[in-house]
Amino acid sequence: MGLDKLIGVDKIPFFPPEASTFAREIDVLYLVTWLLTILFLGIVVAMLGVLAFIYRRKSKADRSHPIHTHHGIELAWSIIPMLLGLVIFVWGAKLYADAYKVPDNAEEIFVVGKQWMWHIQHTNGIRENNTLTVPTGRPFKLTCISQDVIHSFFIPAFRIKRDVLPGSYTSAWFEATLPGKYHLFCAEYCGTEHSRMTGTVNVLTPEDYQRWLDQKGSKEEVEPKAVRAKTMEEEGQEIFETVGCSNCHTPDTTPRAPSLYAIYGKKRQMQNGEILTADRNYLRTNILQPNDKVTAGYEATMPVYQGNLTEEQVNSLLAYIKSLGTSEEPKPAGGEVKIKNGKVVKPAQAPKAINSTQGGN
Amino acid sequence: MSEVQPIEGQNKQEEPNYLNWSYTIKSWLLTVDHKRIAMLYLVSITLFFIVGGVAAMAIRAELVTPKADLFSPDTYNRIFSAHGIVMIFFFLIPSIPATLGNFLIPLMIGAKDLAFPRLNLLSWYVYMAAGTLAVVALVLGGVDTGWTFYTPYSSTYSNGNVVIALFAAFLAGFSSIFTGLNFLVTIHKMRAPGLTWFRLPLFVWATYATSVIMLLGTPVVAITLMLVVAERTLHFGIFNPANGGDPILFQHLFWFYSHPAVYIMILPGFGVISEIIACFSRKRIFGYSFVAMSSLAIALLGFFVWGHHMFTTGQSMYQGMVFSILSFVVAVPSAIKIFNWAATLYKGRVTFHSPMLYAMGFMGLFTIGGLTGLFLSDMAVDIHLQDTYFVVAHFHYVMVGGAIMAFLGGVHFWWPKMTGKMYNEPAAKIAAILTFIGFNATFFPQFVVGYLGMPRRYAVYPEEFQFWHVCSTMGATLLAVGYLLPGIYLTYSLFKGEKAPDNPWGGVGLEWHTTSPPSPHNFDEVPIVTWEAYEYDVDDDGSIYDSPVITGESNSKEGEFHTASAAEHPAGD
Repeated sequence: MGLDKLIGVDKIPFFPPEASTFAREIDVLYLVTWLLTILFLGIVVAMLGVLAFIYRRKSKADRSHPIHTHHGIELAWSIIPMLLGLVIFVWGAKLYADAYKVPDNAEEIFVVGKQWMWHIQHTNGIRENNTLTVPTGRPFKLTCISQDVIHSFFIPAFRIKRDVLPGSYTSAWFEATLPGKYHLFCAEYCGTEHSRMTGTVNVLTPEDYQRWLDQKGSKEEVEPKAVRAKTMEEEGQEIFETVGCSNCHTPDTTPRAPSLYAIYGKKRQMQNGEILTADRNYLRTNILQPNDKVTAGYEATMPVYQGNLTEEQVNSLLAYIKSLGTSEEPKPAGGEVKIKNGKVVKPAQAPKAINSTQGGN
Repeated sequence: MSEVQPIEGQNKQEEPNYLNWSYTIKSWLLTVDHKRIAMLYLVSITLFFIVGGVAAMAIRAELVTPKADLFSPDTYNRIFSAHGIVMIFFFLIPSIPATLGNFLIPLMIGAKDLAFPRLNLLSWYVYMAAGTLAVVALVLGGVDTGWTFYTPYSSTYSNGNVVIALFAAFLAGFSSIFTGLNFLVTIHKMRAPGLTWFRLPLFVWATYATSVIMLLGTPVVAITLMLVVAERTLHFGIFNPANGGDPILFQHLFWFYSHPAVYIMILPGFGVISEIIACFSRKRIFGYSFVAMSSLAIALLGFFVWGHHMFTTGQSMYQGMVFSILSFVVAVPSAIKIFNWAATLYKGRVTFHSPMLYAMGFMGLFTIGGLTGLFLSDMAVDIHLQDTYFVVAHFHYVMVGGAIMAFLGGVHFWWPKMTGKMYNEPAAKIAAILTFIGFNATFFPQFVVGYLGMPRRYAVYPEEFQFWHVCSTMGATLLAVGYLLPGIYLTYSLFKGEKAPDNPWGGVGLEWHTTSPPSPHNFDEVPIVTWEAYEYDVDDDGSIYDSPVITGESNSKEGEFHTASAAEHPAGD
């Protein structure tokens, strides 16, 4: 239920639906800021109106001893508005910090923006176009990237918006609270069909969501566009092997290139001495344009993948690389042997590789 | 004030003024007289305002329905881009400084001209060259980038005439650098004897602060726009990540100028309002030094808030907080001005001539514009509001409700001085009120539809927003009439208007101490200033023009200066 219902103005809505955990808090702050605005506007209009009336040309009002300056009054009407402004600032900054800090248990959803559509990748392999299906009651983290120009992923009912940039990832999170269908807009002007780069956010109850997940293979029910595919990790592994990553970047092949096992999140030293963290942005850039930043101890021999991989493929590839362990929690030795197309990849050597790479740094 | 010599009454009629000493086209196109250059600018910016205004009406017409039925989305994109580019670079930025500023700065400080008259003429020619380029870009099919030229869309993907439009904006920037430089030197070096810094009219202070921004900010955006040209034509990798560039870098460089540019548009308006409020309440502006210094404070702080345009780009949280808090701080000097103007009325003698109506309208609209800026400085709320109609409404309240109301107020206030003609005052009052009502009807609904989630730059939108768009378009029609009216009665006054007295409002600034219109060299003798700014006499209501009865004894303060002219215009001729 929106604030409009509470304050009795729901005939013509003044607030979009409140469908996320942020929405009510933002609405209250927005309303309070309007009250302050009306208060100050009222003071200014009252001062103007009353003084202009009392001291209109023909009036006989006492005009002796005019005041031309009064620093006390001036400081008062500088400092009081500033303090009220600071209250709004602190309040807003706190809400912003909450929205900025992604909860640890948030599940990931990947958003790819392109002229002029939204492509959604769920980690379980479901893909949606211009539709985002989520359940209530669970936090989700959106990781966004654009294939071309800057877009902005905007869900008014959730009160979230995040610019979707080409070349680097941005992220946002939300937890939906109210089942329903809501608008999804592109908010950053992106060219001819900008105003048609819209879609629907489909918020389901946890039960309906589960049903939706179960039916992801069948096309007749709930969401026709949700097509069951391999999970992102599975697809990423396939890409890892088919485009040639596995030729050089497994623990076996480290003399030629650094292993991608347990690389995710690790600090790495470049040829020029710079130390970088192997986060999503780093890995993506080094897949697409590998020769700009080369890891210390290796030659720039890798081919450029820019133009050969879509952002969706990179997302899957990164999901797979992440599944190979992170620096904080490397995959336990021999815990999982991946078999694909008859080839056996040997994660058993991964922990050793971590140590040697770290030594190399 | 015996230092100031009275003007010889009997010679005055024969003395040529700046308008009638020559009627040749050459005498206009090669003039170095700041007053004639101001008039050249006034005509030029009016033409661009008409172009931008027609585009605005086309936008409002399209948005009456949720579908793209009047124009295709592509055409719509080109129309709103034309509206933004023309209105900002070719109307708002030069509006008050290049017309009223050009005309008034030398008069207000008792100088014969600006410090560099030829540079002043050059600035108009550069402006016209830029304007011609912009028109060429439009005629060749337009630009679809929006006035913000965000990369990599503008540098790589757009198929409009981006390079021509960028050159147009680049050149227009030089025009504004020349003007700013000219004003700074003039105000520093050419003030009349006795006219100390704290005796300057607040319009001069505001223009000074504006000039500082023009000089320091414009080069940054000029070079930035050239970098976009370089990337678009030579494929340098500056902003496009596909070539190793950074698209967000453009936004930093662009807003580093373009946020202060908002103050280029509004600060001179503050100056105009100070002059009008003081004159029509017959009072010195309350807290002169706070008002003067707040202009400088705005100019300085304005350079440190650009990041509030980028809260949703994923910039770091702490970076966002710094920009957010500074944006709250920059609101304080504006608040000081508003309260001080209102307090000026206290124990004044208030008359409601059309310039005063515009000034009071300005105060209402700018207050709303300024306060709604706080929603957008507030990071959490801005995440929702960024790039919605709330932002559109906010900056129109500041730039149209603020800057254009002030510009029109100023034009009405100084029109008798600039043209020597009086306009139809009842019509002017109707126009001022109509503009105020039409403006609110146009833009207030946009706050609501913005919070509901309506994004900017949408030709097509969900049906539930239609109600607010229809309200807005109806308001825009009223507003258009409000803007057409002055065009009609001011033009009419040029031909059929009554001759204006030298000082129709009983102003005390130096510009009122010369003839209307002024002579080519402004003052017969260099005025020597022995009085403070705004030494109005509250018992004198100053309305020589519409209350001839008071005319006889109205010039108590500057009586010596004006003996002859006041006697000559007992009933406004």
